[in-house]
This record gives sequence, structure tokens and C-alpha cells, in this order.
Amino acid sequence: MAPAARPGWPPEPLHLLLYGSGMARFIFSRLAIGLVTLFVVSALFYLGTEMLPGDVATAILGQSATPANVAKLRLSLGLDQPSWLRFVNWLWGCLHGDLGKSLASGRPIATLLLPRLGNTLFLAACAALIAVPLALTLGILSALHEGKATDRASSALSLGIISMPEFLVGYGLIIVLSVHLGWLPSLGTVFPGMALGLRLKAMALPILTLTLVVLAHMLRMTRATILAEMAAPYVEMARLKGLDRRRIILAHILPNASGPIIAVVLLNLAYMVAGAVVVETVFVYPGIGQLLVDAVTKRDLPTVQACGLVFAIVYVGLNTGADVLALVFNPRLRHRR
Amino acid sequence: MQDKRYPHLAASGFTLDRRRFLTGAAALGLGAGLLPGLSGRAFADGPVSGGTLRLGMSGGSTTDVLDPRTLTDWVPVNVSYQIYNGLVEIDETNQAVPELLESWESKPGAAEWIFNVRKGVTFSNGKTLDADDIIYSINLHRGETTSGIKSTLAAIADVAKVTDSQIKITLTSGNADLPFILSDYHLMVVPKDFTDWANPIGTGGYVLESFDPGVRIVTKKRDGYWKAGRAYVDAIETTVIGDTTARTNALLTGEVDVINRLDPHAIDMLKGNDAISVTRNSAGQHAVFLMNCTAAPFDDVNVRMALKYGIDRQKIIDTVLRGYGVLGNDHPIPRTSPYHADLPQRAYDPDKAAFHLKKANLSSLSVDLSVSDAAFAGAADAGVLYQAAAAKAGITVNVKREPADGYWSNVWMKAPFCASYWGGRPTVDQMLSVAYLSDASYNDSFWKRPDFDKLVIAARTELDDAKRKELYFEAQKQISDDGGAMIPMFIDYLEASASHVKGVGTHPQFDLMGQRIGEKVWLEG
Repeated sequence: MAPAARPGWPPEPLHLLLYGSGMARFIFSRLAIGLVTLFVVSALFYLGTEMLPGDVATAILGQSATPANVAKLRLSLGLDQPSWLRFVNWLWGCLHGDLGKSLASGRPIATLLLPRLGNTLFLAACAALIAVPLALTLGILSALHEGKATDRASSALSLGIISMPEFLVGYGLIIVLSVHLGWLPSLGTVFPGMALGLRLKAMALPILTLTLVVLAHMLRMTRATILAEMAAPYVEMARLKGLDRRRIILAHILPNASGPIIAVVLLNLAYMVAGAVVVETVFVYPGIGQLLVDAVTKRDLPTVQACGLVFAIVYVGLNTGADVLALVFNPRLRHRR
Repeated sequence: MQDKRYPHLAASGFTLDRRRFLTGAAALGLGAGLLPGLSGRAFADGPVSGGTLRLGMSGGSTTDVLDPRTLTDWVPVNVSYQIYNGLVEIDETNQAVPELLESWESKPGAAEWIFNVRKGVTFSNGKTLDADDIIYSINLHRGETTSGIKSTLAAIADVAKVTDSQIKITLTSGNADLPFILSDYHLMVVPKDFTDWANPIGTGGYVLESFDPGVRIVTKKRDGYWKAGRAYVDAIETTVIGDTTARTNALLTGEVDVINRLDPHAIDMLKGNDAISVTRNSAGQHAVFLMNCTAAPFDDVNVRMALKYGIDRQKIIDTVLRGYGVLGNDHPIPRTSPYHADLPQRAYDPDKAAFHLKKANLSSLSVDLSVSDAAFAGAADAGVLYQAAAAKAGITVNVKREPADGYWSNVWMKAPFCASYWGGRPTVDQMLSVAYLSDASYNDSFWKRPDFDKLVIAARTELDDAKRKELYFEAQKQISDDGGAMIPMFIDYLEASASHVKGVGTHPQFDLMGQRIGEKVWLEG
């Protein structure tokens, strides 16, 4: 795609930045919108936690919440400051890479968050490694065999699973695979220094649950997009040329359908990270979702904020990624008409 | 996330409620029927050493620290008892027995006490225990501190060293129950000047191996533990499992050996399973419907009596607790306490309720009852059952469901009629002092009677047991016949263990054998 006479200097990324092109401008505007979204989300998160009844001092002290103790703790936690000031301070810290300290335990949030985030990402990555290829293959197969038994079976199955909340899928798997058959552990507890084999075994059911939950969405989207393209004139042309259905789908439709498919895959990846809260709770998997639940019950505002920020970054980042990748895969979007 | 037994602890406004000092259980054999693991055969084999005990517990979070002053949840308390020792232990018959304090005596009047420190005990860093360590550990909770038992220990005027193995405690006024007060789980013993709570040093049977708060905590047995006949297992893995279903599943699939806080509704499912034993700790934890004695219509004792007769206690126990509870008689002292007043059991009686209503010059009565599962698991259901029963006596109980979040700060001691609960206390005096004395900070029924106060204060220094019993009998009778706390039931703690865990028993204070299960049980096979 590069223009034939482009000079060697400046290198392409810088060149794009300086002289602009459709794509660079597009990416920058996406990033800018992403940042604004992040700000709005963190403000909303903050408002939401502020509106919860009770405060962190009584939540931390629990049984020891005598009025004197509460007053003392509130002062030492800086809760006497107005809430907007605390929000601004927090935001300022974040911009400098300082997520602050947990109100409840006094430990730096980054040290709490990073291992948990690592666990969640590892879980999501494992599930994605299985779910994405499987969903695409099954989706393409369904489209190939539209209306036949395989297509109907996969439609019925995926519709069934997509209609079930993930905790139900999780409990169902536990009952069958752990309690009755005893093949896999029901507890997803992992810890630092755990052997990889053991870790994967503990994670097997959470991975399977996540896979099943996101599989259906991606599968159906792949199938629907391909079938929608079927009606396009160029497909008719290909068919008139005498190409077989398999070749039409793989060589002609798939590149054109890739935009929506990539978007739904990336959205599902985001869902696996942010939506893992439920799966992590069912399987007691120590990821960021559990941390968030813990932090909410303790009114640990900075930790809740940090978790919210991470989720927002994942969502916004993957969404932006989806837009950009769609562009890369679809030349028509790259050049402004 | 969904553990209904726990959220109320996190947001509570009680001073002592998580402690749930439960008074007595095993002595009356209340739990024996459910304890196949406690058969004579199991004991005849004798304890064996070795193996790893895996506990699956609710009551832990990422914020847990092993600082004795901040102990508020069950996982850190349990782990602390693996690593540290207390001053005094409460045995299964609810007696205060020596732990690091080897023996004690009080001067007449029970205001001055001499305690002897156990000799030959070493910390895991090699230091030998002496009086300075004990004094430091007590003083962590006195003076400038946010410790949960600061107010309890305010009764201590002075802690002084007599010799290296003897201390003297002076109280502001006499209290015959001091050894019980010193059994509090906050009073873990650490070396003098110790502050490194991330690397705890104690005299307990185990040392910290890894600490991943809210996830998993591992301790390893150490050499030369001073207690004979304790600390059999080589290591203890405590996994935090907040979700009740996940906890039960983990036990069923053999991933953990013991779980706490069993859902009564899950018991029927476990009953037919030979590989699992259920333990029932009947003790002092009780549900209470609080009437504000200073607010109309509850300021009329006849209204209070009408409401006390208008509830079907047995039905609530059978339905909400699936039978895992004991009838309450509108006073907070459980049957397991030696001072329990055996008053005639108040039963559901719509006629009597109507009679008392008439005495109050009312033909009908309509009251709002605030409930939430934060008060106790099943409180909302109990409220609805109450509503149905009271209707037959001409009393309309409007059940108001309140959010569990903020229940203790927004509803408790604010709504004139609301559900609540109290954990038990090791002594009658503590229970009555915390919630029933006229000037008690948690006098949550706003019931004030000077003659009652006199009884409680007189009993405190009464060393003659028979006389003390009389005083406490009168005090309980007054609460039952006049007070604003309607106590329908005492709620059992339920826990379950795999049958290869031997030596499991009940405890009158709290579940998991007073949270000391780690050093008490052994594994077979």
C-alpha cells in the first residue's frame, strides 16, 4: 500500500504522524475518544461507589466501630476531605502511575492488582486460545452447511448455552465433571509457585466455562456475517463463475466479513477479562474480579477505582483494536473516497 | 460473594459481634447426634502425626493482616491460632483453662489478680517467653489503639511485672470473670516490641509459610511446640472460599478436608454421605427482634408481651434454620451456660397475645418490622412467618425489607422494631453489660432499669457461685418479662469435615473447635 515514491526519511509511523493519512488520523481520533471514555467511566465508577451506603471506616472496623475509632480512622484515611478533591487527587496520581494505597489494608494497590490481573489475563488467554479458533471453525462450518443437521445442531447448542447465565454453566460443569465424575477440581485456587500442570488443572473448569459462554456469541456472529455476505453481488458473480461454496466462503467472503468477526472476537475477549467476576466467584479463582468484589464490600474506594480503570482500559483498548484491525483487513476503509 | 452468613460481619456496628463467644455446647451433647466422626472407635485408634490439613473457610479477604489488633474475620483468627498462642483457652466445657498464663489467683473483691507466665516456652525465633512479652501483648490493646477490644480492656487499670514469670493486673472495679476476658482472640502473644506483622513470630505450633490474603495461607509445623497432644498435622493449608456452594463442592470433591459455615439447607444433601461428618455447635449466637422501649407503642410493656406471645418460635426454627437452632426465651443467656435461667418456655399463644393487647387498651395493633438478611441469614423469611403468626392475634406486622448494605448504621438502633443478632459472650456479665445495662453503648432495646443494673454489678464481684446464680436468674427474668429484646432462637453454627479428619469436636465459643482446629485434629490414612 505504501506510495511508490515515499522517501526513506522520516520512517513510516512518524511520516504518518507528521503528514497524516486516513489511517493515522483515524487511530489518533480513536485513542482520543478512548481517553475521554476512560475519564467518564472512572468518574461514573467514583460516583457509584460514593452513593453506596456506609463508609470505609465502619466497613474496616466492623465489630470495633466505636464512634471514637471511626472518627480516628476517617481522619487517618483522609476521608474528611470532600469527595471531589479525593477524586482529583486520585486521577492525578494515576497519571503519574501511582494507583495509591488500599484504604483497607494500607498496601500499595499496584502490588495487589498486578498479580490478580496476571491471573485474570492468563485465564482469559487460555480460554481465548480454545474459544476463538473453535468458534471460527464451527461458524464457518455452519455457514458452509447452512440448514443441514450440523448447522442446526450447533445453532441449537449455542443458543442454549448463550441463554444460560455463566454461573449456571459453571455449576452444571462442577456437578457433572467434579462431583459426579471426579475428573476435575471444582476449586480454581491458584497461587504463586504452583506448578504449571497443577495450575492448568485447577483452571480447567473456569476455562471451559468461559469458553462455552463466549463460544456461542462468536460462532453465531461468524455464521451470520458470512451468510449476510452471501447475498452480495460479488458472491453471485463468483457463483456464476462456477466456484464451489467452500472456495467462495474462504477466499471471497471471509476477507470481507473479517471486520465484524474481529470486532465480535475482541469484544468477547474484553468480556472474558471484565466479565470474569462471576466465573471467578463461582470457582474461587483469585483474579481481578474477586479483588473487585472484596474491595466493594470493604468500601475500599481506591481499589475499586483501580479495578474499574483496568476493566475500562481493557474494553476501550480492545474496542479500539477492533476498529483498527477491521481497517487493516478491509482495504476499502483505508482509503478515503 | 454470596455467602449469606458473612456480609453482616463486614458492615456491622457491634463492638464485639464477630467474636461470637458461644457459651457451651458439647457439655450438653447438643451436637453429638450429628457426629459420626466422633465415635469411640475413632479415638481408640489414637492420634497420628503427619499430613496436610486443608481448611476451606469463608471469612477472609485481601485486606487480612495478622496483626492481633485488627483481627475481625474468621480466616485471620484461625491462622493466628495456628501461629500464636492466647493467654487463656476456653475448653469444650466452657471453662477457662491455662494457655500461656499457667495459673492465676485473685485477691478478695476480684480487683487484683496475679498471673503466672508459663515457663520454658519459646517463640519461633528462639526467644524465651517472659512477663514482658505478655505485658506488651496485652498493652497492644490498651491506650492509643484502634483495637477491637480496647473498650473491654478499659476495665484494666494497670498491668505490672512482678517477676520474669509473674504479672499483676489491677482492675478499676472487681470482676470475677477476668480469665474469661483474657481468653479473647485478640489477645495473641507476640515478643516484646514486635511489629512486623507480615512475618509473624509466635509461640504456636505452626509458622507462616506463605500468605496470600483472601486466597490461600499455608503454615508449617515447627519443632518443639510446648503443648502436649496438639499439632499433629505437618502443614495447614487454609483456602478462602467465600461462596457457600463452592465451599460445599470443594468438600464433596475432596479438595478440602474441613469447611465452616455450612448452609442448613445443604445438610440433607450431605447426610447420606458416609465420607462427610457434619458438626453442630450449639451456643450463644442468637436472633433478636428489637423493640425500642422508649418509642410508642413499644414503651408499653403489654405491647411488648403481646408481641412476644405472637411469634411462633418453633416454626421459625424449623423453617428458617431447618431445625438447627434452640428455642429462645427472650433473654440472651443460652442453655449451655451454667447461669442459664430455666424459666417456663414462652410459646406461641394468640390468646395470650390478644389478652396483653387488651391490657394495653388496644383492640388491634399495627407495627413496622425492619428486616434484612444482614441481621441473620433468613431474617426476612422469619419476619414473614412472624407476620402470619401475629395476624391470628390481631397484630399486623408490616415486614419492611431493608438493604443489607448499611443495615447496621442505618437501621439497627434507629428503626423502632427491627431484626438483629448477637454473637454469644463467654460470660453472662459480658453479654448483659454490652447490651442490657441502662448505659450500655449497645443497649439496642433502649431498656433502662436501675434495679437490673444493680443486680448485674453485684454479680460481678460475687464470688459465691450460688448467690451469683440467684442474681443472674433475677436479671434474666427481668429481661424476659419486661425487656424490649424478643429472642426467638439461638442459631447453631454448622461445619462439615471429611471422615478421615479425626478428633473433630464442638466448642462452646465459636466454630471450628474455637478456631483452634488446626492444632487439635489429625488425619487418618
